[in-house]
Amino acid sequence: MDFAIFIKILIAAVAAGTPFVYAALGELVTEKSGVLNLGVEGMMLVGAITGFIAMAKTGSLLLAVGCGMTAGMLMAAIFGVLTLTLMANQVASGLALTIFGIGLSAFLGLKYTSIALPGIPELPIPLLSDIPVLGKLFFSYDILVYGSLALLAIVSWFLYKTRAGLILRGVGEAPKSAHALGYNVVRIRYIAVLFGGAMAGLGGVYLSVAYTPVWVEGMVAGRGWVSLALVVFATWRPLRVLFGAYLFGAITIAQFHIQGLGIDIPSQLLSMLPYLATILVLVVISRDLTAIRLNSPASLGITYHPENQ
Amino acid sequence: MFVRIEPRPEPSRVMKYCSPLIAAVLMLISGLIIFTLLGKDPVQAFHAFFIEPIHDLYGIGELFIKAAPLMLIGTGLAIGFRANIWNIGAEGQMALGAIFGGYIAIIFHGSSSHFILPLMILCGAIGGILWAAIPALLKTVFNANEILVSLMLNYVALLLLEFLVHGPLRDPNGYGFPQSVLFSDSAMLPILIEGTRLHLGVLISIIGVGIGWVFLEKGFTGYQLQVAGLAQKAATYAGFKYKKLIWIGMLSGGITAGIAGALEIAGPIGQLLPSVSPGYGYAAIIVAFVGRLHPGGIFLSSLLMALLYLGGESGQMNLDLPSAVTGIFQGLLLFYLLAADFLIHYRLRLNSRQRENG
Repeated sequence: MDFAIFIKILIAAVAAGTPFVYAALGELVTEKSGVLNLGVEGMMLVGAITGFIAMAKTGSLLLAVGCGMTAGMLMAAIFGVLTLTLMANQVASGLALTIFGIGLSAFLGLKYTSIALPGIPELPIPLLSDIPVLGKLFFSYDILVYGSLALLAIVSWFLYKTRAGLILRGVGEAPKSAHALGYNVVRIRYIAVLFGGAMAGLGGVYLSVAYTPVWVEGMVAGRGWVSLALVVFATWRPLRVLFGAYLFGAITIAQFHIQGLGIDIPSQLLSMLPYLATILVLVVISRDLTAIRLNSPASLGITYHPENQ
Repeated sequence: MFVRIEPRPEPSRVMKYCSPLIAAVLMLISGLIIFTLLGKDPVQAFHAFFIEPIHDLYGIGELFIKAAPLMLIGTGLAIGFRANIWNIGAEGQMALGAIFGGYIAIIFHGSSSHFILPLMILCGAIGGILWAAIPALLKTVFNANEILVSLMLNYVALLLLEFLVHGPLRDPNGYGFPQSVLFSDSAMLPILIEGTRLHLGVLISIIGVGIGWVFLEKGFTGYQLQVAGLAQKAATYAGFKYKKLIWIGMLSGGITAGIAGALEIAGPIGQLLPSVSPGYGYAAIIVAFVGRLHPGGIFLSSLLMALLYLGGESGQMNLDLPSAVTGIFQGLLLFYLLAADFLIHYRLRLNSRQRENG
């Protein structure tokens, strides 16, 4: 294969992987606080359509990002009220959130189906992007791709270098002890859930405004669920999320390149690749029980409320 | 704070049965608000959505046709849900049931044998079981999360069905449309009541719910599933084999979804199409919860959910209401149920001043 083509594929993989970076890092923070929100797909969809509408109406990327994040957060707030205040089952609540999000986004997007947006411009970093090959590979993306890398840095720093991050992890590992030490477990979990919602919304905005700037019903197409799998794949470590996201970005775009190479495989079978790859990855990672037990937050998915103990 | 949350000494049985009703009422009220927001006359819209579709015998028949796959799959899923085994893959297992059943109808096309229908249903069941066996196997052997695996397989199954009707199973005389031949009469479920489309599959589904009831409420395995769901450690100490329960929980969803898929194509659809279900596999999850994971409740909640589908169609035709409203109603219903369930374990008490002072 031509080297230039290889670089082109890598660049496309980064773009395709960026929605995963946002959504999976958001979910990672949520899960670190001990809450499993299976509603990522629904939050991404609602974020995608609100961002799309804001962009179509105003042309302002800032507003699109703001609206998408807010929408994702509102969705997460529903989940928070159900699971944190009303102590409902997290699995059922997350599923409800996704079903609701699929319906709500289809409804909001009725008047926007098949409208195309101009997309957002690339922002080559001056000087650095002029470096041959590497400049193109590392320094010539749009602002949301850079934003996702900044998010990775912030999340890693927050979780492992700050006191607040330590408390958040503590709440995920041992909510009872955190409560006994005087921390407000429910409030901390609310913040983590809302953050996850905002990031899922932002991932959705990236999809509908930058990656494929056309609204199509259900356009998230399982990426929310893949993001959930990526958190497991990354064994709850931020940097590995980035690696997994780009790997899945590459798999997502591989189908188009395989067709481009003239290999005759029906498109439907190629479209199965990301989903099959997710299953494969889950199997490989989950097989190692000790690694999962060591890394997954100990209270993940278990309802905690001080009134209830 | 004037209102205080107080744990009930024992879960309230009354609230357990009332909370689905509360959820349904809240959903209907939300419906009125949504209709008003959409600029429709709420009473007229309410009538078009919830009453018009079932005002005659034909409409009642349609209600049961839509409820049949929901109650059947809902029962199958509830068996797993009781033990916290989350099969979210019914949509895909249903597609596999349709593929397996439809394949029988296609290869025996033109034959008038009476064995075709039973064979279709049998093969549909096998298709659903095989598809559900994948997450069960990966869960029991590799510890892979069954929620994510079964969900991923939904996308794979729908793509597989799409591929088949575009390619190998396409009607050669169908002008290239992505659909199979129309099935022969021998591969179609007979109509039970003149003047409706109510077919034998509805009866089969109701019998399926009955079998589910016996299995869950009268058998030892049903008891084991219940215990495993409430306290997995206790179940293990009691010597129940959790892996076996995972298999039962996953495959019960698979077999019911597979049969439902075969019944759909042999009933209302009559051929293989790129899509054989308007999200029944997902809606059945809600049906199972709203029905309290109990077959009797599931029967009732499947009728409510079917009405939401019918109402969506009727509202679209009569009032130009977007059909996506159905999805919103479905999500809201489950939200309200989960919220109302809070009152099973807790009660709200008004704080009196004296107690605060004391």
